[in-house]
Amino acid sequence: MQAFAHLLDTLVYTQSRNRKIAVLARYFRETPDPDRGYALAALTDGLPPALIGRLPLRRMLAELTSSFIDPVLYKLSRDYVGDTAETVALLWPDTSAQRTNAKPSLHDVIETMRIGTTPQRTDALGRLLNRLDTSERWALLKLLGGAPRVGVSARLAKTALAEAFGRDVSEIEELWHALEAPYGDLFAWLAGRGPKPDLGSKPVFRPVMLAHPIEDEDWPKLSAEDFAAEWKWDGIRVQIAAVGGDVKIFSRQGDDVSSAFPEIRSAFLNLNCVTDGELLVMRAGEIAPFNDLQQRLNRKVVTAKMLRDYPAHVRLYDLLFEDGEDLRALSFTERRARLETWQADHRPPLTDVSDLVRFESFDMLRDIWSSTRDDGIEGLMLKRRDSAYQAGRVKGQWFKWKRAALTLDCVLMYAQRGSGKRSSFYSDYTFGVWRESDAGAAELVPVGKAYSGFTDEELKMLDKWIRTHTTETFGPVRAVSPGLVLEVAFDAVQPSTRHKSGVAMRFPRVHRIRWDKPAAEADTLEATKALIGRG
Amino acid sequence: MASPISVERWLYPAEAGLYCAPGDFYIDPHRPVERAVITHGHSDHARSGHRAVMATSETVAIMKVRYGETCACAFQSLAYGDIITVNGVTVKLAPAGHILGSAQVVLDYGGQRAVVSGDYKRAHDPTCTPFELVSCDVFITEATFALPVFRHEPARGEVAKLLASMAAEPERTHLIGAYGLGKCQRMIRVIRDAGYDKPIYMHGAVVELTKLYQALCIELGDVRPVAGADPKDIAGGIVMCPPSALGDRWSRRFNDPVTAFASGWMRVRGRARQRGVELPLIVSDHVDWPELIATIAETNAEEVWVTHGRDDALVHHLASVGRKARALALVGRDEEAE
Ligand SMILES: [Zn+2]
Ligand SMILES: [Zn+2]
Repeated sequence: MQAFAHLLDTLVYTQSRNRKIAVLARYFRETPDPDRGYALAALTDGLPPALIGRLPLRRMLAELTSSFIDPVLYKLSRDYVGDTAETVALLWPDTSAQRTNAKPSLHDVIETMRIGTTPQRTDALGRLLNRLDTSERWALLKLLGGAPRVGVSARLAKTALAEAFGRDVSEIEELWHALEAPYGDLFAWLAGRGPKPDLGSKPVFRPVMLAHPIEDEDWPKLSAEDFAAEWKWDGIRVQIAAVGGDVKIFSRQGDDVSSAFPEIRSAFLNLNCVTDGELLVMRAGEIAPFNDLQQRLNRKVVTAKMLRDYPAHVRLYDLLFEDGEDLRALSFTERRARLETWQADHRPPLTDVSDLVRFESFDMLRDIWSSTRDDGIEGLMLKRRDSAYQAGRVKGQWFKWKRAALTLDCVLMYAQRGSGKRSSFYSDYTFGVWRESDAGAAELVPVGKAYSGFTDEELKMLDKWIRTHTTETFGPVRAVSPGLVLEVAFDAVQPSTRHKSGVAMRFPRVHRIRWDKPAAEADTLEATKALIGRG
Repeated sequence: MASPISVERWLYPAEAGLYCAPGDFYIDPHRPVERAVITHGHSDHARSGHRAVMATSETVAIMKVRYGETCACAFQSLAYGDIITVNGVTVKLAPAGHILGSAQVVLDYGGQRAVVSGDYKRAHDPTCTPFELVSCDVFITEATFALPVFRHEPARGEVAKLLASMAAEPERTHLIGAYGLGKCQRMIRVIRDAGYDKPIYMHGAVVELTKLYQALCIELGDVRPVAGADPKDIAGGIVMCPPSALGDRWSRRFNDPVTAFASGWMRVRGRARQRGVELPLIVSDHVDWPELIATIAETNAEEVWVTHGRDDALVHHLASVGRKARALALVGRDEEAE
């Protein structure tokens, strides 16, 4: 535990990518199995449930902390620290046992936590915490709580692993989804003590190709004839890998989201392919709002009602593998032709191929783009016709072109203390627009909440304004008099039954603070509703 | 004997800050006033432009270095423990243990005693007189680190961390961000006590105050300005600078330095990361949560007023243990500073 805590602590504070890699590589070389495998799991996908079962960590910690700290003080501390694991690690009472007792290894921790009822495991966790110092407690809770955010992406951890043993990271990435923590066979191969793990016939994730946002200065360097254009649909980018009767659906980060979409898995069941596409909820050929798709995400159990109410669909962009043949080195044009033929041959249900947008010049494309207000379109993709399918954001190959955001002038209504570094500031803002009350007077009705879009300097000014215009305080929330107009930018307005106003904004952020504008001149609810479906 | 006059009738927050009405003076006012009693030299407590200032002689000296000889029309220095009477209010300064010259203001009037703590700490600090406990009826406290997650480490241990890092990476200069008044000089002193006797270099912004500390007999060893020193001599050594200098262009003159930051905030990882600090040193000049709670209990104060900081947690806690407490929410205090 000491070595792992030291590793995480060092990673948290190390800025330089090269130094992070060096620290990780040393850890992977010097730490014995299986601890280094558990650490690798923690830094990439988190410890798999197969190892420690589903740990109701939040509930267990609530139970443990309630014995020594007042709930309000806990909440204030948690808001300040911004992270449950660290809050508990800092609050946990120090005892003399922490310095004398031998520290548990990661293996000991997992053996201790994997079995027993929740109360038994809660006790066990308390006993483990008693043996550790502040930073070890934090590391333990990070280990158990899924991928710790210590400034290390899964990709960086794999890169460091490759570097530690002089391999290429793409070899590890290709193997990744066929491996299981604590990765004994992987380390054996890396250390030259065993054969390369066999991918066999398992569907695995292939690193995804991403686009750069297009900037004004890019246009003069590009020629229209080099590019194909296609819509970027407003869903979730997924990779579907099917082989040997098994199908997996990966997010673009490589997270396995298969279990939430059984009907898509069935649609690909007997195919042998890796495809790239957009996961959508679609009804009668119409793309449903992103909200509907969210209903399907992160669900452990998918009910028949959800399958019926939120039917999933995949709109295909690309074909990476066909019957075991790796197409990634081919040009976009060639892959696109293979995709169209493949889709026409197999016709997997619940799929279609995303149309190309035909254009002769960028001016023409701009006209098409600006006159398109279809639901479900998030942007326009430009893909170099000769681009191979490469991992990551490769310069100059693919571009995404997003529409300028919509804006409304809203009035600040409530402010809440932020968390983490912002906890001494009122940094979360609820804002509203005007409507006529039943009595005929103008009243504000909240339409959204924003946490971003302002500079640190502006945050200080907002905080000051809020403190001097508070009308009421409820815990961390202050109500303010209607006197400050925020120009709010957002991606879309959607009808909502959860909000009193009947509308909800998607991705609202503060665009400008209109210190100059009288609150009475802010926008109205009608104006807001008129934007539904735009964006 | 007349019945006591409750403190809130003669000491309360007014426009310019905390005001003692019968004495007609303010304590640490945030705008210029006729008469001010100043607890210590930090800029959110000591401001320029008052007509008459009363403070310890060290605080007066600090104010003159920071704001100039004429930052107030008249200065009256008061030694710890000396008692004077201002329009019937008895005023005494007691050591606060926060920085050199820092004082608690002890006020007796109408049979009641109020203690205004200013900023204070209980932990050992070789650069200032230790905190002195004064029992009182109303204790007016700061609450900068008033959350139970704040438990500061002994400075010695944090300096050991620094020296270990220097031993591990001897070729990298260690750049230590520390509040220029108090923290900087305390760090130098503790580093000296740990046996480090090479020259310690200083950013221009901390030179004058460090010289003042030396002039006031705080032994800091061989300290030199960065300006004018040979970069080869500095390499691999210690450079003290204000926190803001860690991230600015000035710091680029040192080749790949280790950036350290000495502050109580460093206890929380997110804060250290936000600063881009590679070596966080948890050293604070304020009371941590256990010290704060213990101090309040030891003063036997019937009532606690909270001037600045995390008043919500402290007021909640005190109420839950049956002590009367309220937040004054004084403006003009820097809640982040040390
Ligand atoms: Zn201070
Ligand atoms: Zn202060």
